[in-house]
Amino acid sequence: MALLQIAEPGMSTAPHEHRLAVGIDLGTTNSLVATVRNGIAVVLNDDHGRALLPSVVRYHADGATSVGYEAQARQGDDPHNTVVSAKRFMGRGLKDIADAATMPYRFVDAPGMVQLKTAAGVKSPVEVSAEILKVLKARAEAALGGELMGAVITVPAYFDDAQRQATKDAARLAGLNVLRLLNEPTAAAIAYGLDNGAEGIYAVYDLGGGTFDISILRLTRGVFEVLATNGDSALGGDDFDRRIYCWVLEQAGLKVIDDHDKALLLAKAREAKEMLTEHPEVKVTAVLSTGEFIDLDLTEAQFNAMTASLVNKTLVPTRRALRDAGLEPADVKGVVMVGGSTRVPRIQAAVGEFFGQTPLTNLDPDRVVALGAAIQANVLAGNRQEDDWLLLDVVPLSLGLETMGGLVEKIIPRNATIPTARAQEFTTFKDGQTAMAVHVVQGERELVADCRSLARFELRGIPPMVAGAARIRVTFQVDADGLLSVSARELSTGVEAHIEVKPSYGLTDDEVARMLRDSYDHAREDMSARQLAELKVDGQRLVEATEIALAENGAELLDAEEREEIENLIAALKKALEGDVPQAIKRATEALNKGTVEFAARRMDLSVKKALTGHKIEELDV
Amino acid sequence: MAVTLSERAANHVKNFIAKRGKGVGLRLGVRTSGCSGLAYKLEFADDVDPEDIKFESQGVTVFVDPKSLVYLDGTELDFVREGLNEGFKFNNPNVKNACGCGESFNV
Repeated sequence: MALLQIAEPGMSTAPHEHRLAVGIDLGTTNSLVATVRNGIAVVLNDDHGRALLPSVVRYHADGATSVGYEAQARQGDDPHNTVVSAKRFMGRGLKDIADAATMPYRFVDAPGMVQLKTAAGVKSPVEVSAEILKVLKARAEAALGGELMGAVITVPAYFDDAQRQATKDAARLAGLNVLRLLNEPTAAAIAYGLDNGAEGIYAVYDLGGGTFDISILRLTRGVFEVLATNGDSALGGDDFDRRIYCWVLEQAGLKVIDDHDKALLLAKAREAKEMLTEHPEVKVTAVLSTGEFIDLDLTEAQFNAMTASLVNKTLVPTRRALRDAGLEPADVKGVVMVGGSTRVPRIQAAVGEFFGQTPLTNLDPDRVVALGAAIQANVLAGNRQEDDWLLLDVVPLSLGLETMGGLVEKIIPRNATIPTARAQEFTTFKDGQTAMAVHVVQGERELVADCRSLARFELRGIPPMVAGAARIRVTFQVDADGLLSVSARELSTGVEAHIEVKPSYGLTDDEVARMLRDSYDHAREDMSARQLAELKVDGQRLVEATEIALAENGAELLDAEEREEIENLIAALKKALEGDVPQAIKRATEALNKGTVEFAARRMDLSVKKALTGHKIEELDV
Repeated sequence: MAVTLSERAANHVKNFIAKRGKGVGLRLGVRTSGCSGLAYKLEFADDVDPEDIKFESQGVTVFVDPKSLVYLDGTELDFVREGLNEGFKFNNPNVKNACGCGESFNV
């Protein structure tokens, strides 16, 4: 029988409808999958009890693939077909990969994203990542006893839209429904429950095997905002191993050693580093292929001395990130440690000294990102009560569309939490109008010209109707990853058109800030501009309506004098519309309105008469 | 009338409640749903209902509403591992037949 898990009060699921969701840390070096079971986030192990899955994929000539430890073991003898660190190529072109020449891969430059030539054919980084995700998905389904409804996948905070989209594509290829992409530092903060805690600034210090990232987050009302990120893509735990390795060579007086001995000593170095996190002194022993015997004592003090410059190297980007965010170390309320290398006591001490507080280290730094993603996935899958909802992201700038006169109608206001959807109805401006252009813009200003244009599309096939009769519903939807889709639908016929846009694409934080500042600086100016534009639209509409009416019934309802008077008023309004004087437009519009009252009344009589002619009273449904 | 926990199930429950940081015990129940009529309910208990019937088993407090108890009397809750999957299992003597997966049943 199916095995049950304990649910939150009132949240038991119906049979066969378990909302199984996982969090996936798709890492450069290792990947993990975690879930919330019986109310607790846990990492799911493979059938050998191992939590980590090396992010390594090996392609065989027969088209088969191996993933993880098995692939990693063959990295040395089949480097062309064994892809490590595919994450670094996600959404990147060949020219973006600075050190491509030093890697063993046969890169193929393709538009948009680089590809790799392997024994099993040309593979994109998306396909490589999908292989890793497939293994994690299978592991999760075996462990949870059912199909996954979705996954939260973490990405570095600095990933741009192309890299995020590539990650989503990889998930789709692996058959995973992405509930949300989550920034890695945010996931780590969630794992520590900081989202339920005090508002303020948090720093996430992530020292992995080969990369260092520092992120400064601000928590307000349950929303984490990434204020700044910095890092060093060529600094990690491996560098600490290398320092010990070099020290061993030096102490033993070794000069030239073969690859096998090098790999052996690097492994010993790593072992020594890990031992030193719990012991003040360790022995480094090895027998080299030359028969030489190595037996050295390494103390924590020696290790700290030889790696001090590496530790300091992480503090440079940390300082820079704080400066970018306009903050001092003392402004930081909490520091989260991520990445296996943060187990080194000297690193914890240095980070503690820098921020003047003890960093959070009680969760396993290798697992903390996956655990946070799992907690988020559990909430998004609907396994928690409403009031536990996490709000994680907001729309940075208002989203709207262009209306007549070059004005912006805001549909989704700035700071709305995502995912969100808002709809508004619009109508046609001219009689018989059969198409409508939808121009999607982003920004806080009142005029389209001052906002940023995101996309344009046309709704065609609107049935011909008098101006103002058509009802066109425009829906703006922003999904959890910040992707906007806009659809327009004419309600009587159901004709529809839609477009997808990425509003944040290419906008840096500075640009967002500048656009916001502009809207404050120009508030008054914008208001008058809006007024003028609205008056012009009104005046223009009146001119058109009157001209149509004159053409239709002018001859039968008006004498020459009356007609001339109206025509003069139209000419005066047209002239006023050419200028930019609001008062003049207003006056001319009012004059034409007044001057056509009698004409309008006669038209009304005429159409009523026409409608009634030939009908008996009892036929009329009153 | 009684509902019990196996020792293994009790140890897991105690551990989960401790890590969760709140909760007065475990709530078992049945609901009418599922392909064979009834389905089990297994939840953390944060509040006690005045009608609840309370059992102590292996150091865990178990709450069952009186309507569910009729269907659950004599049940032992066990914790089992099947391959990578692990979780709780109801050993319920009242069950006449169950759907293929055992998630819903009738008496």
